[in-house]
Amino acid sequence: MSGTDAESTVLPNQTHTMAADICGQTLDLDEDDDLEVFSKQATHRSALELEADDEGDLKDIFVTVDNPESHITAIETFITYRVLTKTTRSEFDNSEYEVRRRYQDFFWLKGKLEEAHPTLIVPPLPEKFVVKGMVERFSGDFIETRRKALHRFLNHVADHAILSFSEDFKVFLTAQVWELASYKKQGPGLLSRMGETVRAVANSVRGVKNRPEEFTAMQLYVEAFSNKIISLDKVTQRIVKEQKEYLGELKEYAPVYTLWSGSEDTLVGPLKGVADCIERCWKETEEQDNHLTDTLVPTLHEYVLCSESLKAVLRRRDNIQAEFEAKNEALATKKVDQDALKEEIDKLEDRVEWANNALKGDWSRWQKCMRGDIKSAFVSTAQKNVDYYEKCLAVWETFLLSQRSEGSEDADNSS
Amino acid sequence: MMADCAPEEIAVIGNIDHTSAELKNNIRNSMVEMEKGLLRKMEISVAEAEKRSGKNAVNMLETYTVYLIETRPVDAVTEDMTPAPDLLWRRYSEFELLRNYLLVTYPFVVVAPLPEKRAEIAWHKLSADNMDPDFVERRRVGLENFLLRVACHPVLCNDKIFYLFLTEEKGWKEMVYDTGFQAKADSWLKATNAAFRVKNPDKRFTELKHYSDELQAVLSQLLRVRARVADRLYGVYKVHGNYGRVFSEWSAIEKEMGDGLQSAGHHVDVYAASVDDILEEEENYADQLKEYLFYTDALRAVCRKHELTQFELETAAQDLASKKQQKEELVTGTVRTFSFKGMASKLFGQETAEQREAKIQVLEQQIDEGEEAVKEKNKESEDFVKTAWVDVERFKEQKDRDLKEALISYAIMQISMCKKGIQVWTNAKECFNKM
Repeated sequence: MSGTDAESTVLPNQTHTMAADICGQTLDLDEDDDLEVFSKQATHRSALELEADDEGDLKDIFVTVDNPESHITAIETFITYRVLTKTTRSEFDNSEYEVRRRYQDFFWLKGKLEEAHPTLIVPPLPEKFVVKGMVERFSGDFIETRRKALHRFLNHVADHAILSFSEDFKVFLTAQVWELASYKKQGPGLLSRMGETVRAVANSVRGVKNRPEEFTAMQLYVEAFSNKIISLDKVTQRIVKEQKEYLGELKEYAPVYTLWSGSEDTLVGPLKGVADCIERCWKETEEQDNHLTDTLVPTLHEYVLCSESLKAVLRRRDNIQAEFEAKNEALATKKVDQDALKEEIDKLEDRVEWANNALKGDWSRWQKCMRGDIKSAFVSTAQKNVDYYEKCLAVWETFLLSQRSEGSEDADNSS
Repeated sequence: MMADCAPEEIAVIGNIDHTSAELKNNIRNSMVEMEKGLLRKMEISVAEAEKRSGKNAVNMLETYTVYLIETRPVDAVTEDMTPAPDLLWRRYSEFELLRNYLLVTYPFVVVAPLPEKRAEIAWHKLSADNMDPDFVERRRVGLENFLLRVACHPVLCNDKIFYLFLTEEKGWKEMVYDTGFQAKADSWLKATNAAFRVKNPDKRFTELKHYSDELQAVLSQLLRVRARVADRLYGVYKVHGNYGRVFSEWSAIEKEMGDGLQSAGHHVDVYAASVDDILEEEENYADQLKEYLFYTDALRAVCRKHELTQFELETAAQDLASKKQQKEELVTGTVRTFSFKGMASKLFGQETAEQREAKIQVLEQQIDEGEEAVKEKNKESEDFVKTAWVDVERFKEQKDRDLKEALISYAIMQISMCKKGIQVWTNAKECFNKM
């Protein structure tokens, strides 16, 4: 399956439940049921589905990322993920595909998509490098977080009206490992890619002269948005941290009431009751903290990465315009082949127009998507908080009722 | 609150919806309602606290707090008018003097404790300051509680010095010293600090001592852990306050989401701010636990007093037994107990019959005195055990009642906190939905 001379070991504690869920659900090939399947997963994606639906299409391609496995070779150790595709699109020969991909492959795909569509907003990938160091790279939590992010990445691409029809995307989903390797080697060579990069850098140094107002507004927005989303990400991470410390102290609390009850007789009931309540609330608090980590944190983090993508998109658009402007200036000043230059300039002008339109179109799609995701994540978090307090309320009210009924019994008996 | 209930009965507070102010002093309220002891005749409260400055014993300027004690005869309050109460001011040190006097004068009573002189178990750095208004306020409540406890007590409520404490501002200190309690206090201190072993203590008091040690340990631990938990909870709530600020800034650049973000931010701010009230209420719960933590000292003091009287009885009985022994030996001529005199007379010749007779006379007198002493000590010990145990039982009932009430009020606080949480997050969710 993996195609390498490597040991593959299934990592424990991975997506057993996830895999089971997906397996159980994706076996139903009924189209309507499939729509339900994916909205049960990360809730913040539900808005994206709505977006696709608005265009009048039923989703016809479903992608999942699961089942991480580690591969150990002489040179390195790395993780591969299973990518499962189900589709009814005619571009695909089959209706089902199963391949294994590693992070490098996702990174390659993103690069290709950005190359082909420089001013479309390509969804973000989880970070390439881990700041904390080597050991963490293979921890269960890290792999699971990455897997979820990779899953979201492919789904965003699959839901994008233009990107999902990219040839590179199709190859990514369908090619076996050796096929993908050889496909990657095709296309513009290393030298020509470098040439493009040099030109791009040169242009960006020069800068754009007549940027349309709306793109300046976009840039201001992106900078402000980036700051805000980074702040929210930090605040949320801080809340998670504070709650973990709270949970730590709370764990010590209930046992003291239980200890105390050992010395009492009349008070045994209420003391044990309070201890029990605190223990139950502890469990609810832990669940609520997990929800925060599973829902709000990844969403905010994704949009932090997104804001970097947006900045890159705006830069690329500027470069395209700068290249056109440079050639246009050259037309006026340099004594070169006017006709050939004019043709080139026309092409560049078209390119600028095309780039601007692509960005404008994708911008409103992205904004809608962002609003949907953010709203969904915060609504879910607020709802979870309500649920949490309702559960704790029930716990304490039950205790109170039990004490009150005892009390009134005593009063009846003594009067 | 409780309709027809004779003053001696346990008042169960059946009302479910407690307001915050009621919760604060639910134990005080039940004391007042029960109208026991002195409270049948007068209302007592520690109404205010004030800062004063003055020169102290070493002629240095110091700042201290005084507390205003208000008293008013119960029957003076009619439907038409509430006359002004009688007022006087007392310092904490005067409360301490009163309590020491009561401890020494009524050693068989489990005397209510005073609130902390200095805040030792504080959940937040701020509340550790003696001049901090919150601390002073809680101390005021604690002092009032102390006075009510004493006023309710079947024995202590009749004490003259206590009555004068409430009614005579000037010269009260001198009156206390005039009772001569200081001398008793000193000898009591010396006696209790000395090491002695009791052979046959009343088992109930031994158990009581163990219980008070256990209770002290567990309440100390509970208060410490509770304070740490409160500290962490404070952190969680307060960090949420940052959301409001960021939402507000973000709403400025969003057209569709702006309103939703802004209003949601407001609710999250309310959430963050709500923790202050929540934790302040919990301080009252902590104070109730602290009172019983400090009560364990009083329990131990009673046990100690029992051990002392028992020890004195055992010593007297032992003395008597040995005197009787000596007499018997002299009479029968057998020496069973070693004495230098006996040895000397053996070695250096028998004593005369007259000498022996004289000795026996002395011993008989000593035996008579000894028997009186033993009878006296026995009565003392029995009386002490009887009266002390009555008070211990009274204390146990009070403790069970009060602590159950405290635990219930704790549950009510948690319920209130949950309700606030539900409301604020439901509101926030509605705002998020509008984004």
